[in-house]
Amino acid sequence: MEKLKCECGHVNPQGTVLCEACGKPVEGNQSVDGNDEHVLLNMRYEGSSRRSNKYNQSFVDRIWTFFSSVKVGVILIAIALAASAIGTIFPQKLHIPEGAPSRDPAVFYEASYGLIGKIYYQLGFHDLYDSWWYMILIALIGISLVICSLDRFIPLRRALKLQRPIRNTTFLSRQRLYSESDHVSAEETEQVKNKLKDMRYNIREEDGHIFAEKGRFSRWGPYVNHIGLIIILIAAILRTTPMFYLDEFLWVREGQQLTVPGTNNEFQIKHEKFTLETYGQSEEDLKFKEAIESQDELVAKNYQTDAIIYELNEDAVAGDDDALEVYSEPSIRLNHPTKFGGYTMYQSGYQEEFSSMSFKLYDVDDPDEEAIGTFTFDLLDPSETMFTLDDGYTVEVVQYLPDFELVDNVPKQKSDYPKNPGFVFAVHPPDGGEPEVSFAAIGINFDPNTVDSSGGELNQYKLGIIDVDERYVSGLAITRDYTLPLFGLGALIFMIGVIQGMYWQHRRIWLHPTEDKLLLAAHTNKNWFGVKKDIEKAIENTSIVMAHDQQELEDKLKEKESDEQK
Amino acid sequence: MDFAYISEIALYAAFILYLIATFFFGATIRDKHTSKVDGGRSKPAIIGIWITQIGFAAQVVYFVTRWIASGHAPLSNMFEFVTFFGMSMVLAFIILYYIYRLPVLGLFALPIAMIVIAYASMFPTDLAPLVASLQSHWLYIHVSTVSIGNAILAISFVTGLIYLIRQIDQTKRSKQTTWLEIVIFTLFVTVGFIVSTTGFNLADYNATFNYPENDQIVTTHYHLPAIAGPNEGELVTEDAMKPWFEAPGWMLGSDAGRKFNTVIWSIIFGSVIYGIVRIILRKRVGAAIQPLLKKVNPDLLDEVTYRSVAIGFPVFTLGGLIFAAIWAQIAWNRFWGWDPKEVWALITFFFYAVFLHLRLSRGWHGEKSAWLAVGGFAIIMFNIVVVNLVLAGLHSYA
Repeated sequence: MEKLKCECGHVNPQGTVLCEACGKPVEGNQSVDGNDEHVLLNMRYEGSSRRSNKYNQSFVDRIWTFFSSVKVGVILIAIALAASAIGTIFPQKLHIPEGAPSRDPAVFYEASYGLIGKIYYQLGFHDLYDSWWYMILIALIGISLVICSLDRFIPLRRALKLQRPIRNTTFLSRQRLYSESDHVSAEETEQVKNKLKDMRYNIREEDGHIFAEKGRFSRWGPYVNHIGLIIILIAAILRTTPMFYLDEFLWVREGQQLTVPGTNNEFQIKHEKFTLETYGQSEEDLKFKEAIESQDELVAKNYQTDAIIYELNEDAVAGDDDALEVYSEPSIRLNHPTKFGGYTMYQSGYQEEFSSMSFKLYDVDDPDEEAIGTFTFDLLDPSETMFTLDDGYTVEVVQYLPDFELVDNVPKQKSDYPKNPGFVFAVHPPDGGEPEVSFAAIGINFDPNTVDSSGGELNQYKLGIIDVDERYVSGLAITRDYTLPLFGLGALIFMIGVIQGMYWQHRRIWLHPTEDKLLLAAHTNKNWFGVKKDIEKAIENTSIVMAHDQQELEDKLKEKESDEQK
Repeated sequence: MDFAYISEIALYAAFILYLIATFFFGATIRDKHTSKVDGGRSKPAIIGIWITQIGFAAQVVYFVTRWIASGHAPLSNMFEFVTFFGMSMVLAFIILYYIYRLPVLGLFALPIAMIVIAYASMFPTDLAPLVASLQSHWLYIHVSTVSIGNAILAISFVTGLIYLIRQIDQTKRSKQTTWLEIVIFTLFVTVGFIVSTTGFNLADYNATFNYPENDQIVTTHYHLPAIAGPNEGELVTEDAMKPWFEAPGWMLGSDAGRKFNTVIWSIIFGSVIYGIVRIILRKRVGAAIQPLLKKVNPDLLDEVTYRSVAIGFPVFTLGGLIFAAIWAQIAWNRFWGWDPKEVWALITFFFYAVFLHLRLSRGWHGEKSAWLAVGGFAIIMFNIVVVNLVLAGLHSYA
């Protein structure tokens, strides 16, 4: 690679705009940062040689150059923004309302929103945030983030490290803040130096040239916050693997004891009691009376699962009573999850279901419906299906549907949970005659012979529900997420980087004696007002001329020109 | 002692004090001292900022007494949240006022904060119980940080707007003048919202509808005559105006029809007020305000715009993304779920990230920067208003 040797003796890498050591503009490279068109030098990356600015570019260089452009990065973000916004117009696949007539995306969007909904679905916006092209977009932003940062950080760091107190006079005179003073005594220069020291500037001297610098670390702020963002992206990728992220769900009934899924049988949970509280029950809720009355539905105050978590004792033999040890007895509430052994358990839902039902058998001709006999059927453990009653009657549960719905008068099973149980009974009379078949459920007592066109005899006996026991089922989510600390770290680093880059400034002041003059120049990456104040304070009571703001002079000149043209 | 009553009075007091303070800041426009150093030293400015601070103190009283009365921080529904947002805007204004001594900021920031507070009071103001999903300390941490972040960013909108009114060439019609008028017009629409809602409420207008929502028949009360009825709704009240048409079915927020109807009335009233003002002024509203801002230093406005983004961006990120994610992890077992509110918070974050990149790395200062500040505020208001009212999601708490 060709190297560029500056007159100060420093050897710069190819593509350098301003000498890394003395700042002298390198001939032929000035168009890179647009210095040829302006009086002032573009100081953004210290005129360092960036890979993306090389002339002879290989294929890899070109890709690098593409991603290292802030413009490309901003455009990628803008596309992601627009796509994300469109993704919120209609609910995402996951958020299709539960009450919707059809939750099948292929049907839902067109049925609810017409043609626009259909297009929305076909373009994949219904599952936007998991779609391959959205992922690619985010990945491209990630790549842009890494390359943009590296492309600037490495040469910038090098240039700031190699800078020397003695600067080229062209470099100084083309800084935004610059002045020349005659007859400055050595004592005055010394005084300025000490004042700058008092203002916590780092002073370096070489051959009577003074270089004061402050807050260089703020230049790293943007790179630090980008590192934070990259860590967050890495965490997001790791989270897609089961090693780092585990997510399970468990329905557990009151009184039931189950193994916690995903824990390799290490933990068991016993659901002791579920509590659902709503507002308006206690006296202290009186102050909310008006708000509660204006609501159509009850306002939930608390969802709570009181449970016992057992841990399996490794030393114990399986099946042994001592194998289980009580780990904790938590009350798991919404917003207050419980933790055990690296797992977190959340209150995430509940259901009410029937646990047992009691029936009575009676004669249809009896106006008092007096019970011939009663029995109780356990809905959760439906192993007992034959019930022998007094007087020799036997009732058999021929079919038990825990959760049914009637489709064309035929009961169909909907789920395995006893939410709306239905029963097909066979009543065996004591005389050993033909059993009578009937169907019973809540609000339904059904004699199949009434619809049977074959004209069979009507049933003599009926079964009526006399009692139901209800119990709660708690829905608990179990997660173990090793990526959370990584996300936290990324967020923390991001915030540090933002603050570091935004609330501190990198200020530099140069004092450069020539044969008959003292040149004063200064640069800051932001807040010029602040550095001007620093200079004013430093040169107080000396004959040094305050630095002129050449940017303002340039602007004023332009304004004047444009006014004259009018 | 009835804290709820004290709270109500204190909020009224704050509102009126802000109004009075605005007039004092208005008086500074004709004042000779407008340079950065002197601006804040003029008599009307000093009186104005003191009244603002007393008003702010009154609003703090509102906040504290309402907290005592309800037993939870008043940040749990739209009324409380939007009121707090207005209060945060005043706080952000007070802080930036002491840094930059820019009285004209008060002339614009206070009325906008007042519009925000008035908007808030259009939502149900009853003390409401705290639903189980909000019972967490993170409610206070998350909501208050977001609100303060948004408020600081809102100040950049205020200075950006002043900058644009001050700087845009109003001698001939251009794309810029048109867009600026649109921005000003939306402010009129907000005023239209407050005028129409207050007017019909005073007249005690009511029309009741039944309509289906999620397989249930729900009742809603219109306090404005129904131009747009609820989707598939049925008018129950006799001799009330029949709706001209129904709200489209894709509006998913709860009670979408009534809210959509309110928007229509706001636009009608806003347009009428705007029209009257235009007829009186006989020129664009922006052109009419411009000469009043002659003495304001545009560079200083630009600086305040940048500073408020520089401060507001990290605060918003902390509250709207980081704290939000932590709470979502605790409450819902996922720190990110692509809920519309979350997505729009991310959009806000990205937008201001772009603002900072363009400014710091591509030199977008002055007018370009001011337009971006206006656009950013539009996104924030979209997230507060439209996402809650139109899009269905987990943040629909009112």
